Amino acid sequence: MKADPTGVLTGAHYLDGDYACGEGAMAAGCRFVAGYPITPSTEVVERISRRFPMMGGTFIQMEDELASMAAVVGAAWTGTKSMTVTSGPGFSLMMENIGLAAMMETPCVVVNVQRGGPSTGLPTMVGQADMMQARWGSHGDYEPIALCPQSPQEAFDLTIDAFNLSERYRVPVMFMMDECVGHMTEKVVIPDADAIEVVPRKLTSAKPGDYLPYGTNGNDVPEFARAGDGYRFHTTGLTHDERGYPDMSAACQEKGVRRLLDKVKNNVDDIVRFDEEDTDGADVVLVTYGITARVARMGMDMARKQGIKVGVIRLIVVWPFPEKRIRELAGDIKAFVVPEINYGQMVLEVERCAAGRAAAILVPHGGGGVHDPQTICDAIVRAAK
Amino acid sequence: MSTVIETTEQLADRHPIAPYLRMDRMPHIWCPTCGIGTVVRCYAKALEESGVDLDKASIVSGIGCTGRVAGYMKLDAFHTTHGRAIPFATGLKLARPELLVTVFSGDGDLSGIGGNHFIHAARRNMDLLVILVNNFIYGMTGGQNAPTTPLTARSSTMPFGNFERPFSLPHLAASCGATYVARWTSLHIRRMTKSFKEAIGRKGFRFVEVIAPCSTLYARLNKLGTGFDLMRFYHDNAEIRHGADTRDVDIGFQDKIVCGKFIDEERPTFLEAMHEHYTKILGDRYVPMPPEGGWIHE
Repeated sequence: MKADPTGVLTGAHYLDGDYACGEGAMAAGCRFVAGYPITPSTEVVERISRRFPMMGGTFIQMEDELASMAAVVGAAWTGTKSMTVTSGPGFSLMMENIGLAAMMETPCVVVNVQRGGPSTGLPTMVGQADMMQARWGSHGDYEPIALCPQSPQEAFDLTIDAFNLSERYRVPVMFMMDECVGHMTEKVVIPDADAIEVVPRKLTSAKPGDYLPYGTNGNDVPEFARAGDGYRFHTTGLTHDERGYPDMSAACQEKGVRRLLDKVKNNVDDIVRFDEEDTDGADVVLVTYGITARVARMGMDMARKQGIKVGVIRLIVVWPFPEKRIRELAGDIKAFVVPEINYGQMVLEVERCAAGRAAAILVPHGGGGVHDPQTICDAIVRAAK
Repeated sequence: MSTVIETTEQLADRHPIAPYLRMDRMPHIWCPTCGIGTVVRCYAKALEESGVDLDKASIVSGIGCTGRVAGYMKLDAFHTTHGRAIPFATGLKLARPELLVTVFSGDGDLSGIGGNHFIHAARRNMDLLVILVNNFIYGMTGGQNAPTTPLTARSSTMPFGNFERPFSLPHLAASCGATYVARWTSLHIRRMTKSFKEAIGRKGFRFVEVIAPCSTLYARLNKLGTGFDLMRFYHDNAEIRHGADTRDVDIGFQDKIVCGKFIDEERPTFLEAMHEHYTKILGDRYVPMPPEGGWIHE
């Protein structure tokens, strides 16, 4: 369906990535946000708290990030699109209820504007070191979806996609910005509401007595019932059967958790998204994301001037990872070069998929700044030899 | 003449609160002589007597023995994470304000791991009914010390007796701003039911603590006898003092238990304060969250 125009600030704006992300959420139909202040993400909720009262949305500043995430999961069960916003230290606290959202199959969006870590780290400076936490941060097996914008425009566009994916697959979606994109101000064009596609919550057509909260009728994703519509359903973070009743058995665990994974795995081709350029005949392919993708392009141009054939895969959806494409490319090239503002996270995925057929070379940066493009260029040149 | 009920089918037919329960989940997991079932029964009775629309009533529990209550109530029911029932319920209430949202959980869940959420929800006067069953101990995990364990009482992690000062929960709730505060024991079924019913009819942060026996762990570790002995103890030692100053209602080991309705006052709830404030500041530009929630549909 088309976006509700009350949340869409149509026009050309000059916005930073945080504000653009907030606008994207409101355009997507988000009407509940709970959050706790944390640099460098706070501008997202500041934007939302100023605009929500005029569009029927409720923002609440909770007492901590544990509560923020719990409130978001609760709110989502009314059918209201819900989101929270944080950075690394808060993301760590949210892991508990991100797991609950995964287990209860609750659509919601978690924005993490990444800063340097570990611990309090570099509160006002960039990092990309939460990428594996986005994938594995909560205990147990689940398949989150995560996106990574490289500009304020994408912070707007991809936030809408994040909500749509969360609705379609009933999963928590991680929106992995970084401090540079969050605090970078650029032109952001917000289209008319009728040019924005939003996915509404798929409500069950079953009658209350016949409704199975986790019955799938052969589909991957169960149908939703809102709290307050007379279904009197039960849901729990415990391993549960189709009725949502606890069932402490290995058989129920196998069936339920397997489906949690399969609903994403079976639809990887629909979810995975990346930009690909100049990989035909390339000797080296950059794999990059977020702010680093923009820095890496400079390094790539510098390497080309030295005659190196280099292409690029820019990850837009980072989880699930574009495994198939990396495997294909691994047979055709010498090496992948992976610059990231951490000491080696997504490079592990590249290495796993390349499976020894192409090298996977990390260009690390500890955080607090972006790479020197020359460092990336040098890595490309070395990799091509 | 009484009849012995032998099967859950018979129970479903005959028990007066069966329509409020998920009878397909019986038998429940609670031990014989546990007090939680009694509190559930009183809550169901209060729902019935209040005549509230059960389709619009949600229940949220955390983790622990009392955390299992949501799982047995035939309402929209959420069995959430440890300590987070109150913030989960806060999101649920704010995103669909027409719901009656009850948080039903234990002392460890709500005042230990969830203590920060408890005080802030009371401070905000969040529109939640919070029923806390206090058995002085972590029951589900095997009898460990709780923030409510009385001084000198034994627990599995204070085998030589507790030396940490416990919370007096009515005082905690009242000093943080709860607008309805009451305490009963699981022996006081009529008064407890009346309190629940009254609290259902009020707004804001309503807190009812119910002292309940854990004969499997607390009573055994402290050699307090059987469930029957504990009920007799409540009978002999509960002192009803409505309007008591909550500074005076703390509970010592095997000491008197002051019960009653301590606080019953009106103050704008979170939602009322928000609506009033935005209406004053923003006038016609203010668009509140619709009672049925902020969901979008075709």
